[in-house]
Amino acid sequence: MPSLKDLRLRIVSVKSTRKITSAMKMVAASKLRRAQSSAEAARPYAERMERMLGALASSLAGQSGAPRLLTGTGKDDVHLIVVVTSDRGLCGGFNGSIVRATRAHVTGLQAEGKTVKILTVGRKGRDQLRREFGSLYVETYEGIGRKGVTFAEANNIADKVTTMFDAGGFDVCTVVYNRFQSAISQVVTLQQLVPLAVPETKADDSGEVKALYEYEPTEEAILADLLPRNLAVQIFRSLLESNASEQGARMTAMDNATRNAGDMINSLTIRYNRSRQAQITKELIEIISGAEAL
Amino acid sequence: MSEKVEFELVSPERLLISQPVDMVVVPGSEGDFGALPRHAPMITSVRPGVIAIYEDGSVSERIFIAGGFAEVTEVRVTVLAEEAVKVSELNPEGVATRLRLAEEALEEADTDVTRVQAQRALVVARAMQAALGSAVH
Repeated sequence: MPSLKDLRLRIVSVKSTRKITSAMKMVAASKLRRAQSSAEAARPYAERMERMLGALASSLAGQSGAPRLLTGTGKDDVHLIVVVTSDRGLCGGFNGSIVRATRAHVTGLQAEGKTVKILTVGRKGRDQLRREFGSLYVETYEGIGRKGVTFAEANNIADKVTTMFDAGGFDVCTVVYNRFQSAISQVVTLQQLVPLAVPETKADDSGEVKALYEYEPTEEAILADLLPRNLAVQIFRSLLESNASEQGARMTAMDNATRNAGDMINSLTIRYNRSRQAQITKELIEIISGAEAL
Repeated sequence: MSEKVEFELVSPERLLISQPVDMVVVPGSEGDFGALPRHAPMITSVRPGVIAIYEDGSVSERIFIAGGFAEVTEVRVTVLAEEAVKVSELNPEGVATRLRLAEEALEEADTDVTRVQAQRALVVARAMQAALGSAVH
């Protein structure tokens, strides 16, 4: 049975924990709003780029001159996996689910005899996967998106990936990230970046699209510029989604923590009051029985 | 001129401009082109330079872009820009610093990759300088 003083101290400490978690929840909520709006703001660019790529790809379809970023190397022996996690913890299952999905994916690929390389973004994923797959790391990034994700950061990563690809470093590139669905639900997504899965322009008008556009300079030249750009955009998008998901996950986690702390304070307060009462009663009994004995 | 062309300027971070205009002049990689309504559809890459928006026969807005892509259809001009600043908001000192940094980076570049990057930055900075010059006239 803890003493009254112990109980009082516990209540004080749980109360201060609750203050911290509720502040963190508030901060996450406002960051979430910002992350969400920047994710939405980035959508038009990605959509338009997709449209142009669709037109270009369908006009080049079946030709041998298509860049390798689009068609792949024709093999799938070496896989590069880009793992997007957060730098900070205290966000529920956010990083855990990414790590779990990555582990499953990597072990699956290794069982098929493929070579796997890993590029991590975010400290948590890097630390949690290091023990098992540390030897597969080719590059790690951290501190991304501390002040909101910028395109320059995504571009950096994309440059690294493109250079590796041009040097024949890998055949297939996949990014693993949390797609933002709502503040309380994030979906772990594996998206293949190289070779690119081009959204099919509708079959019936693909012939039209081909005839429709003029290209300046040539399809190949534009595509050669556009593809690395698109890679950067896709990575940018996954960083934004991941950032929004992180804030959402943290908000939910902190909301739960705040509620749990409240419950705990209630039950501790009840125990405190009970034992205080019991002590008073005991003292009274002692006084009375002492008086009676006289 | 009643017919207008829908002009969209998009950067990776957000949609910057979306408005109907009379004409836009875009610095295409093979030369500047003006896009009026019912322009033949085309896709082109864009070099660093200035986009001019025309309203009622005169330039209403000049925007510097650091390269990108443009898609032109009969009713719409979409420019995907890597970086976009209004010429009126360009800061001469900032541009000069940028030019100097780019030149230094080029001198210090020791690998092919950094050299290409530095060269690209220099081209952008020079175009920015030129854009500033054109704004003064």
